Amino acid sequence: MKVGVVTFPGSLDDRDALRAVRAVGAEPVSLWHGDADLKGVDAVILPGGFSYGDYLRCGAIARFAPVMDALVPAAQGGLPVLGICNGFQVLCESHLLPGALIRNDHRKFNCVDQRLVVENASTAWTSDFEAGQEITIVLKNGEGGYVADEATLDRLEGEGQVVFRYAASNPNGSYRDIAGVTNERGNVVGLMPHPEHCIEDGYGPSLDGLPFFTSVLRQAVSA
Amino acid sequence: MTQQLNRPAVDTVEHAATTPDVDQPWAELGLKADEYANIREIVGRRPTSAELAMYSVMWSEHCSYKSSKVHFKLWGENTTDEMREKLLVGIGENAGVVDIGEGWAVTFKAESHNHPSYVEPYQGAATGVGGIVRDIMSMGARPIAVMDPLRFGNLHHPDTQRVLPGVVAGVGGYGNCLGLPNIGGEVVFDDCYQGNPLVNALCVGAMRTSDIHLAKASGVGNKVVLFGAKTGGDGIGGVSVLASETFDEGGPTKRPAVQVGDPFAEKVLIECCLDLYKAGVVDGIQDLGGAGLSCATSELASNGDGGMQIELDRVPLRDASLRPEEILMSESQERMMAVVHPERLEEFLAITDRWDVEATVLGEVTDGDRLVITWHGDVIVDVPPRSVAHEGPTYQRPLERPAYLDALQENGTRTLAKPSTGDALRADLLTLLASPNLCDKSWVTDQYDRYVMGNTALAMPDDAGVVRVDEETGRGVAVSTDCNGRFAKLDPYAGAQLALAESYRNVATSGATPLAVTDCLNFGSPEDPGVMWQFREAIRGIAEGCKTLGIPVTGGNVSFYNQTGDVAIHPTPVIGVLGVMDDVARRTPSGWRTPGQVIYLLGTTRDELDGGEWANVVHGHLGGHPPVVDLAAEQLLGEILVNASRDGLVDAAHDLSDGGLAIALAEATLRHGVGARVWLDDVAARDGIDVFTTLFSESTARAIVAVPRSEEVRFTDMCTARGQVHARIGVVDDQTDGLDVQGQFTVSLEELRRAHQDTLPAVFGR
Repeated sequence: MKVGVVTFPGSLDDRDALRAVRAVGAEPVSLWHGDADLKGVDAVILPGGFSYGDYLRCGAIARFAPVMDALVPAAQGGLPVLGICNGFQVLCESHLLPGALIRNDHRKFNCVDQRLVVENASTAWTSDFEAGQEITIVLKNGEGGYVADEATLDRLEGEGQVVFRYAASNPNGSYRDIAGVTNERGNVVGLMPHPEHCIEDGYGPSLDGLPFFTSVLRQAVSA
Repeated sequence: MTQQLNRPAVDTVEHAATTPDVDQPWAELGLKADEYANIREIVGRRPTSAELAMYSVMWSEHCSYKSSKVHFKLWGENTTDEMREKLLVGIGENAGVVDIGEGWAVTFKAESHNHPSYVEPYQGAATGVGGIVRDIMSMGARPIAVMDPLRFGNLHHPDTQRVLPGVVAGVGGYGNCLGLPNIGGEVVFDDCYQGNPLVNALCVGAMRTSDIHLAKASGVGNKVVLFGAKTGGDGIGGVSVLASETFDEGGPTKRPAVQVGDPFAEKVLIECCLDLYKAGVVDGIQDLGGAGLSCATSELASNGDGGMQIELDRVPLRDASLRPEEILMSESQERMMAVVHPERLEEFLAITDRWDVEATVLGEVTDGDRLVITWHGDVIVDVPPRSVAHEGPTYQRPLERPAYLDALQENGTRTLAKPSTGDALRADLLTLLASPNLCDKSWVTDQYDRYVMGNTALAMPDDAGVVRVDEETGRGVAVSTDCNGRFAKLDPYAGAQLALAESYRNVATSGATPLAVTDCLNFGSPEDPGVMWQFREAIRGIAEGCKTLGIPVTGGNVSFYNQTGDVAIHPTPVIGVLGVMDDVARRTPSGWRTPGQVIYLLGTTRDELDGGEWANVVHGHLGGHPPVVDLAAEQLLGEILVNASRDGLVDAAHDLSDGGLAIALAEATLRHGVGARVWLDDVAARDGIDVFTTLFSESTARAIVAVPRSEEVRFTDMCTARGQVHARIGVVDDQTDGLDVQGQFTVSLEELRRAHQDTLPAVFGR
């Protein structure tokens, strides 16, 4: 199975995402922001970072990159896509996911080992978890506050599209403690925490990131 | 100055030769009368205004090291052949390079951005990170980690509320956006830094030994290419005006001289440079930092074997109204200069294009021995490049041991009231744990990304930051920075060696073998003989200490003029030690987790409270003599810790330094919230001191370790065989809530946590 990782100018965790793909035995493929070409991959990760410096709204410029011209229809057609941190912001800006990410309520960048509850264990990227499971994933961002209007939030809750919720304490003022969401089909998932930093013993607070990548691998194998 | 620089006509060499009597603003540019006379002699006429601009920035204290250079021979005199063997590149290049084995080389260096960070905390700190990262890049390395030793004035002073949040946000804002893990550093508070905060930045980079690049322009006809950001008006005169002048109360505001950083441009520049290196299209490379194009052109040419011709009007500008003198002095960030063989130029430009990095050929390497710069065809600079870059003035500044020192050293801690009951010891422990220098620093360090790149094996608050270099084998490096300015104030020679010893110990505590040293020497005005004496004593201390430890100094930085009026900061020679590990998966963390493991105290404790945190926090006292330096004991302790890590004999280790054993025990307990029972009567009796001294003395060459019971015999046998003083002082115990110092006091985890964690948020908010 081939998993693509997009590098935008300013992407930072692209190499980490490629490493995570390799760690579960899939074939990592680098995708370039300037090429509208997904190189035949079976899934795509939009990694963390500060695409184009994020001097405008986070993800607002990356949305217009040529690679997104190929990615958006593919995602709408069911291609598994995972957006991590800046990748989540890009997915929201691209309207592949509802809502938006704003400045943390304490107005600082925050890097912590964050407790999360898995709310939906049936998406392309979470099927190797169990619903209700508590996990620890690295969280690090300055603009991670998830917001949406009340109707959207109610709909997300009702349809099971809230995938992760912050446990213990809300680190950034996200509405309803939401840390990650999915689209209606369950193939596109975005979250602020960084599963790619939790895949190797000794290099992160847990191994709780691995099921993200094994989930999508299993889905491709069974598809 | 304005009158000269804003003249519409350009001051050409030809014009200068015919107008010898023009009044030039050398004093405003920071030059002394004899320095200006010297320049006239070198160029054989009056300098053009462009030449004057170049000489003034390159001969500033910051760039020329004119006050410190004469003392640098101490480095060479104290570096043995054995120490040199590990050095692939030594002092003098952008950064030193050490061989860490298996074909890998590591480069690391620290630099100061003190003055800009006081004027404009966010941008000052941000561009400090940017500058040191470019230094590392220009050696051919991929930057792999940063750390920031920071020093501020009183935590409760209103100006600290302005400076600290800005500096921390700047370090984070820039470093996080570059994707470099921030793995350590320091946060220290002392009144002496109130008007002179110290913002030092360290960067580590890694490369294959075959990929080292040097800053030199050779090969006649090779192209000189400027690439990266456009040149703007920011930071003009930053070097000469900011870094080389003391802040005087009531002086004019200096904000415009601070540079503004764009971390996104730097991130792209890093990736672009690495692609250029990989393609092999770079012959020589130099970053543009302090003194901008003046520095890059003159240093590249001076290090090469010929001259250089530059067309300055080709420089891409953000502000078209900039004059040539300003372009030469601008410190606009995120720029690099490369020397490229003409046949590889097309390939070079294709790579910069792919990254959308602007690249411009400014000129070429010539066969003369002159640096010639033209402006729309007119020659405005024609100088020997060495005279600008390397042959600046050298001062033998007067030095004199300060008169106050005898009285200060007389006034030790022996007469201070000391706690004598368990309750009083407990109260002092909690007071220290909550004090600004010993409290939890998460408010600061959580603003830094410590995980990016996925290679971080240890980061703050552990003793050293540890990152993997080779993903296949796990080979990696550990780095720590340390300095206790209070010790250095009492005795700068010993204080510098204590900084070296602590940094060495921290690296060894993590399990790495110390290999090399970098320094960032922060001092007051070199024009004060007392400061100059402190400076020389510190350099002597570091150089001789390194010789004893057998690890070379690979490079460093000097920051003078850290004083307000007549009052200098404590001498603050920050020392960074880098160590190597075969496999960083074996690193030793600082906190214990496993109940039943046995706690050993390694080393001997003496009555050494002078200059320590107990005297500082409880009595507001500074006086006496700092702890005795025993580098042989440090080496032995280091070997024990490294072997124990390699052989799996210890699961946790924490060095003893500020606040002594009491703070080390509390921190090791707090790290993972697992309690401990300790008994100190025997070890106090062995060392001939009371329990108070055992808890709070800051004697050196000590550490605590947690040993699995299955390894206890092997561990103690190793200590005995090697002559390492050791004592079993406790056990890790999850049935104990917090810390139980038997026969003295107990303190719960919640109380420890509250004391440790509430201090910074109480001042700076959540």
